[in-house]
Amino acid sequence: MPQYALELCDLSRHFQLKNGVFSAPTTLKAVDGVSLRIPPGETLGLVGESGCGKSTLAKMILGLLSPTDGSVLVNDQVISNGNRFALAKQLQPIFQDPYSSLNPRKTIRQIISLPLQLHKVGDKRSQQASVKQMSDLVGLPERLLDQYPGQLSGGQRQRVAIARALILKPSILVCDEPTSALDVSVQAQILNLLMDLKQELGLTYLFISHNLGVVEHLVDRVAVMYRGKLVEQGTREDIFRNAQHPYTQALLSSVLTPEPSLGLPELLDDSAWANAS
Amino acid sequence: MSRVLEVKNLQVDLPTANGTLRAVRGIDLSVEKGEMLCIVGESGCGKSMTSMALMGLLPKKAKVSADKMEFDGLDLLSLSKKKRNGVRGLRMSMIFQEPMTSLNPSYTLGNQLCEGIMRHKGLTKDKAEERAIYLLERAGVPYPEKRLSQYPHQLSGGLRQRVMIAMALMCEPDLIIADEPTTALDVTIQAQILRLIRELQQEFGTAVVFITHDLGVVARIADRVAVMYAGQVVETGLTNDIFNNPSHPYTQGLLSCIPIPGKTAPGSHLESIPGVVPSLIGDLAGCAFRNRCKHATKGCATDTPTLVEFTAPSSHQVRCPVSVESLKEAV
Repeated sequence: MPQYALELCDLSRHFQLKNGVFSAPTTLKAVDGVSLRIPPGETLGLVGESGCGKSTLAKMILGLLSPTDGSVLVNDQVISNGNRFALAKQLQPIFQDPYSSLNPRKTIRQIISLPLQLHKVGDKRSQQASVKQMSDLVGLPERLLDQYPGQLSGGQRQRVAIARALILKPSILVCDEPTSALDVSVQAQILNLLMDLKQELGLTYLFISHNLGVVEHLVDRVAVMYRGKLVEQGTREDIFRNAQHPYTQALLSSVLTPEPSLGLPELLDDSAWANAS
Repeated sequence: MSRVLEVKNLQVDLPTANGTLRAVRGIDLSVEKGEMLCIVGESGCGKSMTSMALMGLLPKKAKVSADKMEFDGLDLLSLSKKKRNGVRGLRMSMIFQEPMTSLNPSYTLGNQLCEGIMRHKGLTKDKAEERAIYLLERAGVPYPEKRLSQYPHQLSGGLRQRVMIAMALMCEPDLIIADEPTTALDVTIQAQILRLIRELQQEFGTAVVFITHDLGVVARIADRVAVMYAGQVVETGLTNDIFNNPSHPYTQGLLSCIPIPGKTAPGSHLESIPGVVPSLIGDLAGCAFRNRCKHATKGCATDTPTLVEFTAPSSHQVRCPVSVESLKEAV
């Protein structure tokens, strides 16, 4: 058993922005010195506003983008160009938008079995058997397997994405806003499914979201990101009951729960945290 | 209080290759001056179609019919296209969902802000820009004078939505229809924009129809709520009545799906509404929600329920005979 399922050491990704022909390029620090550790079987929630670097971080963890500095360790192995493909078996993504993350010209069966073909796992028959097994596991009726993504609802498509992510039997799932494109009634179904799968398969999740209600429900620990840096991390209780950083406090007070007596939160002055990080 | 908008039995039919899609199936709405009415429902329930029908922005092939569609005494259905254009933008305006795509990228903000008021009220450019600067300032846009010569891409999403709000207020409309105005924004910005809409609404006495799928937003800003499902209003009433005493099984289901920090036990199984929304092509017999409903009886398949008022003074109405029956028993 590795000590950490996922470990980020001082991870940075900078982009050079060209402003014009004659001016010097400026540097955008999308992710700036982020260190995180997730023990096996734990769920870490990563929260922050759009543009704070959450998705850049997810891309580096998945090996889709190489870091400028620092390293990503998956089950104690550093991701490099040499082992990126092999590590994909242990680390799989679920993306935000089930409408654009599935190839519209392949059947559901082809979509779910593609990772098995790419990694040359088993023969055709055993591949089809595991597709069926996976679709049962995520609650996808078998009759849908020969349909195309366009014929499925949003919730069903997200189940397909989960089945595709799980078919290689990974130990870690990187979920980048997996429910933000779904309706609340469907969101609850998918969240329940993710929690059941974690219990059943002992998965480790990195759960990226801006919905703090969902994060509180699902995660063991929370990391808060602001402008490319981690400003605060701690257990769920630490963050939700006793947040220290002004930005975390601002995020928490902006959560709108369906409680009409509370009214709208006070206007927040963003200078309180803009320089505090 | 005077009634700004009154709609009775609004229907929107869209012809598709597979038959007629009946997106809106008989909706009654009324909005008073200075009131915030929230229409809430999941995707495909017809809430955006309702707003487009009110604004007269539906595609030509869509068929709109209603027993009554009155805006401040004007019958919107019989209005000529020219007269309708005179009302739209001047007395009714709209805030769209995506601040990224609803502003024209090739015109300056000043140009887009002033176009409406110069056309409707015949103001000179200077006067129009003066008002634009005033409203941008009220909407919390820093350096309003400079913004007039800027293009939409030079602004962040939150700022663009503030510009949209200023634009909607340019002609001092009596009614604003806001279709998911904060869905594309971050939570901290969302709280600021909602507060802004609420403040400006109270200051100018504008009536607002606010369309959203987010019950959290509804709870915090609405005066009255209409919950939509499959093209119909299934429950409507004052905000406190809806949230403290949800009576339609769909409303109850929606509310129990949402994890609430501090209230829902973390990691516990969330309630969910099983099944999917029925196809809206053709007629629906019986209750549209019965296949997903825990309390469905045999009668639900045959009898089409109507909206029934059950608490007389506060006008809380529910489209479900089963729950009305059980509520009567409880009393």
